[in-house]
Amino acid sequence: MWGRGGERRAPRVASPSAGMGEFKVHRVRFFNYVPSGIRCVAYNNQSNRLAVSRTDGTVEIYNLSANYFQEKFFPGHESRATEALCWANGQRLFSAGLNGEIIEYDLQALNIKYAMDAFGGPIWSMAASPSGSQLLVGCEDGSVKLFQITPDKIQFERNFDRQKSRILSLSWHPAGTHIAAGSIDYISVFDVKSGSAIHKMLVDRQYMGVSKRKCIVWGVAFLSDGTVISADSAGKVQFWDSATGTLVKNHLIADADVQSIAVSDQEDSFVVGTAEGTVFHFQLVSVTSNSSEKQWVRTKPFQHHTHDVRAVAHSPIALISGGTDTHLVIRPLMEKVEVKNYDAALRKITFPHRRLVSCAKKKQLLLFQFAHHLELWRLGSTVATGKNGDTLPLSKNADHLLHLKTKGPENIICSCISPCGSWIAYSTASRFFLYRLNYEHDNINLQRVSKMPAFLRSALQILFSEDSAKLFVASNQGSLHVIRLLEGSFKHLHTFQPQSGTVESMCLLAVSPDGNWLAASGTSAGVHVYNVKQLKLHCTVPAYNFPVTALAIAPNTNNLVIAHSDQQVFEYSIPDKQYTQWSRTIQKQGFHHLWLQRDTPITHISFHPKRPMHILLHDAYMFCIIDKSLPLPNDKTLLYNPLPPTNESDIIRRRTAHAFKISKKYKPLLFMDLLDERTLVAVERPLDDIIAQLPPPIKKKKFGT
Amino acid sequence: MAALEEGFTLTAVPLGSGPDGPLGVEQSDKTDQFLVTDSGRTVILYKVSDQKPLGSWSVKQGQIITCPAVCNFQTGEYIVVHDNKVLRIWNNEDVNLDKVFKATLSAEVYRIHSIQGAEPLVLFKEGAIRGLEALLAEPQQKIETVTSDEEVIKWTKFFMVFRHPVLIFITEKHGNYFAYVQKFNSRILSKYTLLLRQEEKSAAQSFSASVYRKFISLMSLSSDGCVYETLIPIHPSDPEKNQRVVRSLLLKSVVSGSARSGVALTILDQDHVAVLGPPLSASKECLSIWNTKFQTLQASKELPQGTSGQLWYHGENLFMLHGKFLTVIPYKCEVSSLAGALGKLKHSQDPDIHAMTHFVNWETSQGYGLGSQNSEQSKRILRRRKIEASVQPEVPPSTQLLAAVQKDSEKHIEVELRKFLAVKRTPDFHTIIGDVVIGLLGRCKAEPSFYPRNCLMQLIQTRVLSYSLCPGLMEFALEKTDVQILQLCLQQFPDIPESVTCACLKIFLSIGDDSLQETDINMESVSDYTAIIQDGEIEEQTEILQNGFNPEEDNCENCAQELTEKPQAAAEESTSCPVTGKRAALLNAILHSAYSETFLLPHLKDIPAQHITLFLQYLYFLYLKCSENATMTLPGIHPPTLNQIMDWICLLLDANFTVVVMLPEAKRLLLSLYKFVKSQISICSELNKIEVSFRELQKLNQEKTNRELYSIEVLELF
Repeated sequence: MWGRGGERRAPRVASPSAGMGEFKVHRVRFFNYVPSGIRCVAYNNQSNRLAVSRTDGTVEIYNLSANYFQEKFFPGHESRATEALCWANGQRLFSAGLNGEIIEYDLQALNIKYAMDAFGGPIWSMAASPSGSQLLVGCEDGSVKLFQITPDKIQFERNFDRQKSRILSLSWHPAGTHIAAGSIDYISVFDVKSGSAIHKMLVDRQYMGVSKRKCIVWGVAFLSDGTVISADSAGKVQFWDSATGTLVKNHLIADADVQSIAVSDQEDSFVVGTAEGTVFHFQLVSVTSNSSEKQWVRTKPFQHHTHDVRAVAHSPIALISGGTDTHLVIRPLMEKVEVKNYDAALRKITFPHRRLVSCAKKKQLLLFQFAHHLELWRLGSTVATGKNGDTLPLSKNADHLLHLKTKGPENIICSCISPCGSWIAYSTASRFFLYRLNYEHDNINLQRVSKMPAFLRSALQILFSEDSAKLFVASNQGSLHVIRLLEGSFKHLHTFQPQSGTVESMCLLAVSPDGNWLAASGTSAGVHVYNVKQLKLHCTVPAYNFPVTALAIAPNTNNLVIAHSDQQVFEYSIPDKQYTQWSRTIQKQGFHHLWLQRDTPITHISFHPKRPMHILLHDAYMFCIIDKSLPLPNDKTLLYNPLPPTNESDIIRRRTAHAFKISKKYKPLLFMDLLDERTLVAVERPLDDIIAQLPPPIKKKKFGT
Repeated sequence: MAALEEGFTLTAVPLGSGPDGPLGVEQSDKTDQFLVTDSGRTVILYKVSDQKPLGSWSVKQGQIITCPAVCNFQTGEYIVVHDNKVLRIWNNEDVNLDKVFKATLSAEVYRIHSIQGAEPLVLFKEGAIRGLEALLAEPQQKIETVTSDEEVIKWTKFFMVFRHPVLIFITEKHGNYFAYVQKFNSRILSKYTLLLRQEEKSAAQSFSASVYRKFISLMSLSSDGCVYETLIPIHPSDPEKNQRVVRSLLLKSVVSGSARSGVALTILDQDHVAVLGPPLSASKECLSIWNTKFQTLQASKELPQGTSGQLWYHGENLFMLHGKFLTVIPYKCEVSSLAGALGKLKHSQDPDIHAMTHFVNWETSQGYGLGSQNSEQSKRILRRRKIEASVQPEVPPSTQLLAAVQKDSEKHIEVELRKFLAVKRTPDFHTIIGDVVIGLLGRCKAEPSFYPRNCLMQLIQTRVLSYSLCPGLMEFALEKTDVQILQLCLQQFPDIPESVTCACLKIFLSIGDDSLQETDINMESVSDYTAIIQDGEIEEQTEILQNGFNPEEDNCENCAQELTEKPQAAAEESTSCPVTGKRAALLNAILHSAYSETFLLPHLKDIPAQHITLFLQYLYFLYLKCSENATMTLPGIHPPTLNQIMDWICLLLDANFTVVVMLPEAKRLLLSLYKFVKSQISICSELNKIEVSFRELQKLNQEKTNRELYSIEVLELF
């Protein structure tokens, strides 16, 4: 406060490196983004991937081997509330929901392969058989339907005995001979061969001595010894003997619903999630040491959520949970973790690992992408100056210029604003939209470019060239379209077809500021670099084990900077078709261990227009300027010093100490870019703001009884 | 669990001559590399994991190696002795042993010892010991004779104790065994005579030793097939004197008693020993791992081709001769812990994960409650108790005490007890104390006039007794209504059954004030608050008390009526202590004792109603005292806590509500308790309201910060 104005301050001494790291930062917190709650999680042991579905129908795929990177996603749909998600037949992913459809996802092309109505009303549950060849769905009308999974579709086979009320949970016996189905007030055990219910196990409605209206069996798990574990709305976890249909053991674990259950493959441990946000770990332990008699014991409670834990999964080394509070929490089981590495740390994933913000630098505009609309904002300005840490008085506040609602029920996949600010493009799963913006003083004139060509139906990524004259669109068939933009119209220039034999979609694009080079990357194969002038593939950067999280091409040098999910950063010279000397040096020396231990991926890379040696990059909790002219830090040097420097010599010493200049002031950081030489824009989304928009959690009294 | 892994043969070719097997297997300065000296002329360096020899050296024809080669860890050189007196030192580069450094000594060498972190030592056959450096400086120096004529060194070992080297060697003369312990920090050589019990006239065949803090545990495998243990103090009380140590039976019949040769023993760790030999007289020879703590066989491996009765243990490998081949059997033993058994801890030794060291370890937790004793010693108490008489014949105070207990006068017992308590505590101190108490109690029962009160008090105050160690003591004190002893027991014993606690409570409440006057009760838990006599100003205090609850303003006018009728009396009741200070001290001892509700409640029902009322009044009084200050604590040293007071109020009411509710004299008390609970409830609801308001405030505050949705700031990166 006292620094405001700064008239009395002595004139600034231009120290040798002064200004090298001094910026005005537009600190933006008005991006009112709220992630959707998590509804289902499904873990695939074979590929170590996790599928997560959200309440808006979005399905995300996380690669647990690649530092938990969210490598794929399928956009949501208003009418497609997903209630069940499962992997089957190896790596095929199915979902089912309240619209009564079973959907299979194409994990290569990143679209929906087909949707098939099960004709049983809303679907509440789904389970793939242990062999992976059959799919079972539980419907609103009380029917359990068996589908055969064929190589390219699923085929209805038969119905099991119809039950009285909706089937909320399903589990196969590991041998595939029986299934358990949780309904309202009871659990049925079916014989798969005959399709008839052989047992009906009634669940006690009583809750803390009070009879509740109904007891909903939210989750069941069938173990190979014939035990059925159930989780219900009365806060109970119960063990049943499926052979006799009797209750064996009862654990009352919560005052609220137990909503989800997942068992480990070894069947020695399972996890349940409650509506109070608690996750309980149960383990099968010996009654006494060295004895072969074992029993299920509730071992560890975890409270990483504030709201309902709607879904849990159990990977070999971790408990995974997600719920209404939108966090995906991966809690490693310390006894299963061999060494201290990525896997040993608790992960809380809140934000998507892709950009939702784009920026028109020249006009100082920000475009925010929401599920069903876009917002355009113009940044404010100030005439004041100040020193480090000052908040400057605004001469003009930020303006909300435009609220653009999508047509139709589909979520927006991607969006982009052109650098000049005159074009906005976005895409849903079935339509591509391009708008022309005209600014007349304070008025904005929005004009949709109609008659999009048939091939421009759906885009995974959109990018404008630096001069806003070209539009690059990555479609979901692996092809890249190049379009020339004219005043109010466009012209299709070229389509780069995918390499023969691959159908992998490109998710990330980067274009060089001179417009000559276009880099595109999928989730696994290497980065392709195209020559836009000659319209041909220039080279392919060698494939790396970990997926690319961000791409950018530096001005003048045309060096391609690539960030990977294991936190490695490479610099590749496009003209020379090889890694640069700096990149080789840093690979030889290795990144600082703290750099490698960061747990969110780098989502954006940009460059300083005047300082070719600088690279700017950021993840959700820090942003960093790498000064390539300075020595690299080794593990003994302090990578990040949060304390302000004490005197002039300290400033100089720190500035020249090593190449990584890090700031953790802005977090969680969704977007950061350079507007001009001395101005940065940082889009933050404080977690409190998200929590404030969630429904209130179950209230727990702190005092009294 | 201890386990033997699949073994492998180290030498592809049979070891050179000599029916007695190799002379020795010694560690070299590199891990996994071992020097094997055969009984002829050759030293071979093996890399065990590769099962490959790395080097081999031989002495000339006609010479014979008499002492196994060792590695000098300080220089990396190897040392060997041939023809008893000729010392050779060489290193890896040397090819021919003839051309390496040679020193001829003036006396015959028994062994050279070398371990990490210490200078190698040379032990001569006559018992003299020299450091290698000192010896090389003057090889022909005179070597003195330590042992007597015909005394032969049988076995020797060198180890570090608290970073000081200690060498032990065992000699034999005419069937008697002697142990010599040489400490190098003090240059003291202590001699011990190993005593055998009369019935065990068996010759020791193999020895092994390890260090347990202040003792060297020397184990010997005798010709009767049993393993005996001898504890030799590292710091003897009188080093000059020839002392005698007794050996005790550790493991019975681990090898067949008739086995004449081929038996060997080595200590693996604190609880495990490896034994080589035939388990039954007719069976083949076996390598077995025994747990000495639980006396169980943990693992066993048959060696059908016979062995030579030699066993070496280095690192994680056991070396022995199997047939004609040197065999290596890797041995693993994980510390068994509860956490390990429950699966909480997979790799306790994983250096990378430091955070996971919190687990229950049976190995260390046991000795915790035993005060000053070291935990290693206490572990073996169980076993030791059985053979106590044989272990402790040399310790006079305890035996004398035990004897005195049986027949001597009270005075004499006291003297003996003081003597016993004055000496340093031995590992079995608390079992002896337990035995003494039981002996005293036995005598008390036999002679009604005998009541050694002072002795008992002294014994209780040793702080090693527990209820289970002397089960009759409290019952006896209850019989005698000795409240002082009962108070002490309640304070000291961690494991008093609820029925006994309740019996104590009954006595404390019913004992007459006049008999209490005479007793000497520890009053430290009762500070001056019981002495406060009511006067006017305290009455005012009660109004501010009770968590801000004011009885006058209470809505329940009817209930309060009776109370307000006699305000003076009410004030009196709540401010003066309803019991005398001594009784309060006794009751506080009850409040402090541990209990489990389910077991306590049935016994509480047996207490007469007026006593219940009295106790309730006292508890209520304590509560009022508690609420006088902000921290809700009572003054004094070790006073009852608020939780203890509240728990007991609840317990008493739970157990006796129907009785108490009928008593006219308890009515007022119940009313005040009722009002108190009511006020607590209203406070809680107020707190809940405040919590909500605070949350609203927090929300407002948040919105305030949120309002700054946009700002332009200056940032400088360093």
